[in-house]
Amino acid sequence: MAGLKEFSNQPAAFRAGARSAWTSVFALVLAGTYVGLGALAHDFGFSPWWLAASTIVVWAAPAQVILLSTLANGSTLIEAAIAVTLSAIRLFPMVVALLPLLRGATKNRRALWLPTHFTAISMWVESLRLLPGIALPFRIAFCNGLGLAYMAVAFAFGFVGFYLAAGLPVLLAAALLFLTPMSFITSTARNSRAVSDKVAFVAGIVLGPLLAWYQVGLDLMWTGIMGGALAYGAHRLRRVAMETAP
Amino acid sequence: MSGVFGESLREFWPFVVLMLVGFLPNEIWRVLGLVLAHGLDEESEMVVVARAVATALITGVVAKLIVFSTGALGAMPFSLRVGAALGGFLAFVLAKRSVFAGVATGEALLLIGGYFASF
Repeated sequence: MAGLKEFSNQPAAFRAGARSAWTSVFALVLAGTYVGLGALAHDFGFSPWWLAASTIVVWAAPAQVILLSTLANGSTLIEAAIAVTLSAIRLFPMVVALLPLLRGATKNRRALWLPTHFTAISMWVESLRLLPGIALPFRIAFCNGLGLAYMAVAFAFGFVGFYLAAGLPVLLAAALLFLTPMSFITSTARNSRAVSDKVAFVAGIVLGPLLAWYQVGLDLMWTGIMGGALAYGAHRLRRVAMETAP
Repeated sequence: MSGVFGESLREFWPFVVLMLVGFLPNEIWRVLGLVLAHGLDEESEMVVVARAVATALITGVVAKLIVFSTGALGAMPFSLRVGAALGGFLAFVLAKRSVFAGVATGEALLLIGGYFASF
């Protein structure tokens, strides 16, 4: 196919992926997010290496926030696992949307494991945007470069946040800890375009603290399920309204 | 449990927890995507629900971080934490959904308010 970007070899494609990651706005967003997560890990008494390990194996900032706060709150391991897995269902359709761009690049199924693991919002958005312009044989290497570069940013800035929180006076440490809620509220609102997402956004903000206040068991699980159910109800109502409209 | 084995177990236990409670419940959905990646409509009902559940969970958990803050953030008054978050969100909306504007405003409000609250 004409017009698709070719590379001289696979490492060159990998490096191009890493370069495009480091020059995208997402690198900055990730740095800020993981400074906040580092501060949170310090506040909750986790080791910076534990956070770094979670960045590598979990590689989903929302799941990591949930993991840190549920484990720190003394929730049971089952509660933490349920909340994490509910937050991770969204990864399923993301992988499903990404793979058609990579399939055909290789006959080796195992080569798809790494891009699958790297799938998280930043890498996914950039992959869907950039991969269609890249020649098929180089896409997996490019994708891995992209994913690994984003992960390296997150890994490094988790430590930055941890040690900043450890050394800063209370007011500045508070500002670092405020980074996580403030950035997740605004970035989630930005991604909430459909009515169902907006309903879920508000439901989460109201139900999360409310269920915790009344000490409802598995409060986060119920926040996710009730918020999801309300949002789905709104989605169906809207569709019915649109279908019956003249 | 004692001796060398007990020591190393204590040291590695947090990482075992991470794998069981963090890695596995999260990664399973990526692996399912890889295994079952055929013919899922992007606009399907399942995608709508998955996104909504994830949205409610993350806003729920960060709202809890603001309402029931611990550590340094918990040292700030409750009204300041909620006010700074609302102000940041308002700035986000006014600045055409700019995440940067929202975060910068929220942080500035918290810092200014926290500075004066400490007198």
